[in-house]
Amino acid sequence: MRIGVVTFPGSLDDRDAARAVRIAGGEPVALWHGDDDIKNVDAVILPGGFSYGDYLRCGAIARFSPVMTAIIEKAHEGMPVLGICNGFQILCESHLLPGALIRNDHQHFICRDQTLRIEDVSSAWTSSYTLGQEIVVPLKNGEGGFVADDATLDQLEGDGRVIARYVGMNPNGSRRDIAGIRNERGNVVGLMPHPEHAVEALTGPTTDGLGFFASVLTSLAGSR
Amino acid sequence: MIDTVGRAQETPDQTQPFAELGLKPDEYQRIREILGRRPTSSELAMYSVMWSEHCSYKSSKVHLRQFGDKKPPTDALLVGIGENAGVVDIGDGWAVTFKVESHNHPSYVEPYQGAATGVGGIVRDILSMGARPIAVMDPLRFGPLDAPDTRRVLPGIVAGVGGYGNCLGLPNIGGEVVFDPTYLGNPLVNALCIGAMKHEDIHLASAKGVGNLVVLYGARTGGDGIGGVSVLASETFSEGGPTKRPSVQVGDPFMEKLLIEATLEVLHAGLVEGIQDLGGAGISCATSELASNGEGGMHVWLDRVLLRDPTLSPEEILMSESQERMCAIVRPENLDAFLARCAKWDVEAVVIGEVTDTGHLTIDWHGQRIVDVPPRTVAHEGPVYERPLARPAWQDTLQADDASTLPRPQTAQELQSTLLNLVGSPNLASKSWVTSQYDRYVLGNTVLAQPEDSGMVRVDEVTGRGVAVSTDCNGRFAKLDPYAGAQLALAESYRNVATTGAEPLAVTNCLNFGSPEDPAVMWQFSEAVRGLADGCLQLGIPVTGGNVSFYNQTGDIAILPTPVVGVLGVIDNVTRRTPMAWGTAGTIMLLGSTRAEFSGSEWAHHVHGHLGGLPPLVDLEAERSLARVLIDGAREGAIRAAHDVADGGVQQALVEMALRSDSGAKIVVAGDPFTFLCSESAARAIVVTDDEAAVRERAAAHGVECTVVGTVTGGPTLEFAGLFDVSLEELRSVHEATIPAALA
Repeated sequence: MRIGVVTFPGSLDDRDAARAVRIAGGEPVALWHGDDDIKNVDAVILPGGFSYGDYLRCGAIARFSPVMTAIIEKAHEGMPVLGICNGFQILCESHLLPGALIRNDHQHFICRDQTLRIEDVSSAWTSSYTLGQEIVVPLKNGEGGFVADDATLDQLEGDGRVIARYVGMNPNGSRRDIAGIRNERGNVVGLMPHPEHAVEALTGPTTDGLGFFASVLTSLAGSR
Repeated sequence: MIDTVGRAQETPDQTQPFAELGLKPDEYQRIREILGRRPTSSELAMYSVMWSEHCSYKSSKVHLRQFGDKKPPTDALLVGIGENAGVVDIGDGWAVTFKVESHNHPSYVEPYQGAATGVGGIVRDILSMGARPIAVMDPLRFGPLDAPDTRRVLPGIVAGVGGYGNCLGLPNIGGEVVFDPTYLGNPLVNALCIGAMKHEDIHLASAKGVGNLVVLYGARTGGDGIGGVSVLASETFSEGGPTKRPSVQVGDPFMEKLLIEATLEVLHAGLVEGIQDLGGAGISCATSELASNGEGGMHVWLDRVLLRDPTLSPEEILMSESQERMCAIVRPENLDAFLARCAKWDVEAVVIGEVTDTGHLTIDWHGQRIVDVPPRTVAHEGPVYERPLARPAWQDTLQADDASTLPRPQTAQELQSTLLNLVGSPNLASKSWVTSQYDRYVLGNTVLAQPEDSGMVRVDEVTGRGVAVSTDCNGRFAKLDPYAGAQLALAESYRNVATTGAEPLAVTNCLNFGSPEDPAVMWQFSEAVRGLADGCLQLGIPVTGGNVSFYNQTGDIAILPTPVVGVLGVIDNVTRRTPMAWGTAGTIMLLGSTRAEFSGSEWAHHVHGHLGGLPPLVDLEAERSLARVLIDGAREGAIRAAHDVADGGVQQALVEMALRSDSGAKIVVAGDPFTFLCSESAARAIVVTDDEAAVRERAAAHGVECTVVGTVTGGPTLEFAGLFDVSLEELRSVHEATIPAALA
């Protein structure tokens, strides 16, 4: 199973995302922001970092890179796409997901081991979890507050499209403790915390993050 | 009018603003003798920045030689002092480079940018050796936590360190946060970077090969950070040009990230003959050092430099300290490939010169010769001073004022309240308010990070080979005795690395002191360097590089002498590292000997506001023996958790271990309770084991005293049998509340 990992100028967690794919049993494929070819990959991860230095707005410039044109088109056709942190911001800027991510309410960058509750297991990226399962993965962001208008939030919740919520504490002021959401079809997921940093007991707080990568491999296998 | 070499010859008597540029009359005279004429204004600019204390080490050089003269025999050193950073062999074909530098003064003026560009500068030093930067650490020192200016300086510095490092994608794995009144007007921002490479990828800063091209790439050159305030005061430099410039550089971590990736690509593709980063003294430094280290000559077309501000004068371009720039020596046939890699990463690059064998560094500005100098005289043959030094008269009085006369806690209740008081004191309180603003996870190889004894990263994902680094310094000890204080800093850093199971290998240092023009400060400096050099020789680990920061003083009050020591160690398999967390069971043992040593301690400082006496005994042989027990114990699996005993003594170490696991313990206090709990004797560590006999045997073999001091219970309290119990909940709330409360 070939999982593309995009490198934008300023991407930081691209190596980590590729490692997570490898550990989960997939084949990571490096994709370059300037290419419009996504090399026949089966799914794509938009990794964390500061694409284009967060200039203008987080993700606002990356959204217009050639590779995104191809990814947006494929996403509409059902290809699984996971945006982590800056990748989530890019997905919102691309209008593949609703809402926006704004500066943390406490104004500081925050790095901590964060407890999340998985609230939807129907998406391509969360199917290997059990509903209500609590996991601990690193969170690290400066602009991780998820916001949307109340109608959108109500609809996300009503449709079961909130895939994960913060538990214990809300680290960035996200509305309704939302840590991640999916699109209607369930193939596109945006997540602020970093599951790719929780794939080895040696370097992560847990290995709870592996489920995201295992999920997509299972979903893809099932759809073949 | 451009001041050309020809004009300088024709107008020998023109007065020049050398004093405003920070040059002494005899230094100016020497420049005239070297050139056989007066320097042009561009030449004067270059000499003034390159002969500055910061670039030339003119006050420290005579002392720093000891690091080379007393270098212990070692096979590990691949590149020694003098290059951008030293390089050590860590095995399996891997080499690691690391260095710590100061960015103290800019960080006081503009905390965010000062700290940010401090990180940027050290990262480029590591990059210019050919290494991929893999982690950073930041030893920071501030005035009292409750001082109003600390509230201005600390949040900005922490945000700057985080803002730059996080955006570069480098995990921040450790460092220090220390408070003392002497740092109030002189906060210390030291930045350390670690890089890894294969042996064959090591690169040096030299311009070899006549006809090779000099390529300047990265950010455009702007008017920021031009030569400091002395230059700005010069009228003659800015006729028609910008008049007032901020002396603090402004960082762009996004550009630095692109610069890292582009640089590693051109290096790995074999497109680079020599490379140098641009830091202090900018193009003046890069061109003169590259030429001096290479064929000896270089010609530069300065008007080709890409500018942010087209009105900059040649003197300003030569002195600008704009960040995120590098200079590479490239063969003409490789130029297109080099430029293509830069373009891939959206990095601008331009050929500004070529390597010659004329023995001269010549620089033209729109066809006119504005510089013609022997590069060695700029880069390496600056002035050297033997500054007067004198042991201050107050040193004896200070040392006589011993902490033994201070009233000590007597009852169990007093001991308990002393413990809680110290656990929540600014220097011993949790620093997570600071470290949670740093990304410690990026790159996915962080094995240990703050508050562990040392930061540890995996270098080889297949074999598990990794490195550990710790930085330490107790400035109070150094004030009481600079020689012993420097050795105690070295000993603590060495011990911290060994505590995590890594074998200490090499040393870097950042020597932060007051004014070298004060004989007392110069004596402190010379004693600290002597102590450090002797200590490194005895421990068998060489100094691979470092940095000196003088003039950290406001009025007559110098900072505590602060020789920050960084020790790097290697561990052949990071899965065998020893963490602080002790789990829910096990035997707690104290390794090393405890003496009643309280002078300079955190207890004397925080409880009594006292500083006097002599620092704890230095016994480097005991440190070596302790390290062997810790490293071998980790390798054999006998030691499951460990923590070094330092600031705050045994009680602080126990509290930190208990909180790390959220698991209590029952402690049996041996001997005088206060001495057991609070003494800061060196060469000690707490270890936790499931195999007491194995640890005893190891310790006995190395002559290390070994005492069982308790048992991990997994319960909610830390019990000091027969004295008092304290709940982990209370300890945590005291330990974690101090810093956020002060900065809220």
